[in-house]
Amino acid sequence: MAVPKVCGIETEYGIVLRGGDSNPILASSMLVNAYVQRHGKHDIASRPTSVSWDFDDESPANDARGWTPLGSMPPEVETHLVNAVLTNGARYYVDHAHPEYSSPECRTPLSATLYDRAGERVMVASMEAVKATLAPGQEIVVYKNNSDGRGNSYGTHENYLMDRSVPFSRIVNSIIPFFVTRQIFTGSGKIGTEYPGAPTEVPFQITQRADFFEEEVGLETTLKRPIVNTRDEPHSDAQRYRRLHVITGDATMSEYATFLKLGTTAIVLAMIEDEAFESRALSLVSAVSAMRWVSWDLSLKSPLELVDGRHMTALEIQWEYLRFAQKYANERGLDAIDPTGVQGPQLLSMWEEILTDLERDPLLTADRLDWTAKLRLFEAYRDRHGLPWTDAKVRALGLQWHEVRPDKSLGLRQPWRRVLHEADIDAAVTEPPRDTRAYFRGKCLQKFSPWITAANWDSLVFDLGSDPLRRVPMMEPLKGTAELVDSLLEGCDTPAELLLRLGG
Amino acid sequence: MPEREQIRKQTPQRETERVAETAPAATKQGEKLKAELDDLLDEIDEVLEVNAEEFVKSYVQKGGQ
Repeated sequence: MAVPKVCGIETEYGIVLRGGDSNPILASSMLVNAYVQRHGKHDIASRPTSVSWDFDDESPANDARGWTPLGSMPPEVETHLVNAVLTNGARYYVDHAHPEYSSPECRTPLSATLYDRAGERVMVASMEAVKATLAPGQEIVVYKNNSDGRGNSYGTHENYLMDRSVPFSRIVNSIIPFFVTRQIFTGSGKIGTEYPGAPTEVPFQITQRADFFEEEVGLETTLKRPIVNTRDEPHSDAQRYRRLHVITGDATMSEYATFLKLGTTAIVLAMIEDEAFESRALSLVSAVSAMRWVSWDLSLKSPLELVDGRHMTALEIQWEYLRFAQKYANERGLDAIDPTGVQGPQLLSMWEEILTDLERDPLLTADRLDWTAKLRLFEAYRDRHGLPWTDAKVRALGLQWHEVRPDKSLGLRQPWRRVLHEADIDAAVTEPPRDTRAYFRGKCLQKFSPWITAANWDSLVFDLGSDPLRRVPMMEPLKGTAELVDSLLEGCDTPAELLLRLGG
Repeated sequence: MPEREQIRKQTPQRETERVAETAPAATKQGEKLKAELDDLLDEIDEVLEVNAEEFVKSYVQKGGQ
């Protein structure tokens, strides 16, 4: 049985300092610090909560294939200048000259979508908070996108919990055609191409990221980006689990698109785990160039060459995955996606509907998908003003789509179909999900932050003063839930009591 | 080379214009969408950065993951 598809999204936001010399690392640090100073206060003690990140369990250079190929480079050491853990269980920090928000671990795709959107609000609050530290006339603005249009990309990564016993090669072989073709509904749209020497004119393409992939499988994330990233850093019991780190996705402003991306991927991964998908059934001859090819083909009609000699479009390949998924759902159920049984069937019908509409006319999906909504709006704007795609005003639209302030963002002003409630998004800025270990992390921070000296995904470190530091391990992502720890937390008035009752 | 082969199979350029022309027209749904789109277009000029040229030029990021 597939392990629960605990998941989450981490996003590196684009950042600009207006009215001054833009040092993005400094600007990112100021932004995160300003948020922590203003919003990290709690009601137990007067000092602001700024629990730092604990790097003890970080090992981004471990390779899931169990070896490191000759000539392959480990990822560069990340520059973690500012690190904070938020009471919603998320991590908020500076990474590679970008502010990055990593959602807490979520039990379902909808929950992960909710916490991704909460991240946008953390950014808006940060921009507001940092104003006080800037000179008059300056402002810091952040963008939820993945490219600056000049050849620089930064990531929106998904993470999914996987069973360690599944051979990694099976995951790779089964998922690559899915990652190549899911772009037709995961893309957030981009004006032009950043692929050096593009052999064709690309006025507009489906995704922000496709131009940047150079390998099928690999460890890197900042250069020679691979379709399947082999970073093996489970942040949990490494005997039982792996964390699949997915770097092919775009940041989407449509929550519907985010939910669809997370949900369909989680379903496909569950069926791979349960051997309900024949691993080489849809293998592509040239997956890396197919990434770009799919992204550049707005008609969705270009065929891709399969290893078995067939030619199929991205849509046809998606229909195949969907048929496998429907069969899998009938036979095995989708509890791995959502134990309440709601989201699995909902996602299957959303998936079927989006493929049907994309096949009829891609613009029919403009109420759900970023790339088609962008295309529709930008084309209409070009028509009205008689502008080419290369005009600065049109390119400005392409950036401003991804602004996070609701009064400035084009992406947030679209009449989207919704899957979330506004009040839930607001609550998720400070409240952790109830059904993963993020609950324990977030609630401990709310209640005991003056005594928590460090935190990371799989532990909390308490400093009670006289004793040595005490580490509370959280190696199981589905322990520490509200159901398991609420009465414990409510019954403890001090961190010492908590540690005592935890058996320490 | 598979890549070469795929390039030859590419659909004509300016695909985007073709797509835009097929937008639904006469139906009620189509009219509603059109009205929505017009509203969005009217709003854009209020929201859009004043100096688009400068805005686009200054939007330069360091590469990330």
